[in-house]
Amino acid sequence: MRDDPLIQLIIVIAPLSLLAIGGASAIYAPLQQQTVDVYHWVSAREYLELFAIARVTPGPGSMLTTLIGWKVAGFLGALAATLALYVPCSMLCYGAAQTWRRYRGTKWHSAVENGLRPIGAGLMIAGGVMILRIEHSGWPGWVVAFAVLGVMTWRPAIHPMLLLAIGGALFVAVRAVS
Amino acid sequence: MSSPASPPTHPASLFAIYRLCFVVGLFSFGGGLSAWFHREVVQVRGWMTDDEFFSGYSLAQILPGVNSTNMSVYIGQHLRGALGATAALLGLLTGPFAIVIAVASVYHQLVGLPGFTAIMGGVAAAAVGMVFRMGMNSARSSLHHIPSLAVLIATFFAIGIMQWPLLPVLAVLVPLSIALAWPRGASPQESRPEKPGDA
Repeated sequence: MRDDPLIQLIIVIAPLSLLAIGGASAIYAPLQQQTVDVYHWVSAREYLELFAIARVTPGPGSMLTTLIGWKVAGFLGALAATLALYVPCSMLCYGAAQTWRRYRGTKWHSAVENGLRPIGAGLMIAGGVMILRIEHSGWPGWVVAFAVLGVMTWRPAIHPMLLLAIGGALFVAVRAVS
Repeated sequence: MSSPASPPTHPASLFAIYRLCFVVGLFSFGGGLSAWFHREVVQVRGWMTDDEFFSGYSLAQILPGVNSTNMSVYIGQHLRGALGATAALLGLLTGPFAIVIAVASVYHQLVGLPGFTAIMGGVAAAAVGMVFRMGMNSARSSLHHIPSLAVLIATFFAIGIMQWPLLPVLAVLVPLSIALAWPRGASPQESRPEKPGDA
């Protein structure tokens, strides 16, 4: 039973779900260790390749685990890996959200809420900066990001898809020129 | 197309939640998931107030797990309880699940395409702009309160500039920030009247 690849996937991935403190980027190092060094499911090169794929496709970057499941055991492996990563932390979040809402209006709830809010805002902006850094996109990345910020402030109704498309087109243009 | 603003009691069907999350999951390149959620849930549909959204955002950030799926669970739970949370999570993951496998199957051909990596870089940069915009929205309520502003800047400095590990940073800033917020008392912007029996 422990040799079943689906069970192994769940055993490796489910604990990471609850260890991902501060977001999915916290799991990349332990996930690599388990999948490359311990279980030899993928080579180190393949791991980086899967990481890159998960980054350029829509959705959370942690869909990397889906790809590892897919490599190990095809469609069922992908399904097992995905559920193993997202279900445990979702259940925790569900319980926390329920408790959170139950105490709405109490003094300590307000203090926690008001106290967490600037931290959330700081993390949000820091997260944006970190993405630009990981992507190694240089100054065009900053220009596009701040242009989008400006346009969305000036015209909130504009559809983000349009801005994403323009961002992509600008990068192609910059690459072509330089 | 969208219904008029009528906040209370089940404004959203399970299918509407699933569909919203499906679209957000599908079009969120480069990590702008929460920014999309904010736009669609607060600004376009009015299913949540800014306060409710950012309160959940902080929660989703602090809790372990994937921030974006945590956020979808929070939104779904807020709108329709357990079923809403399930619909939101499944909706968010369906599209990316299919696409990531499809792309992995043809990855080597894609990378050879001229401009592919440039397009993806540009899309990600634009998505960062969306994240900054949402950060500004969230920061607005902190601007009038010096301790909050200080915490915001400290958080950004520690994580965004210094790249210190998150856990120790939070271990210091979270209790500090809550203590600083304590004197402000209930109801942050006098916008929410006290309603004792509110369930």
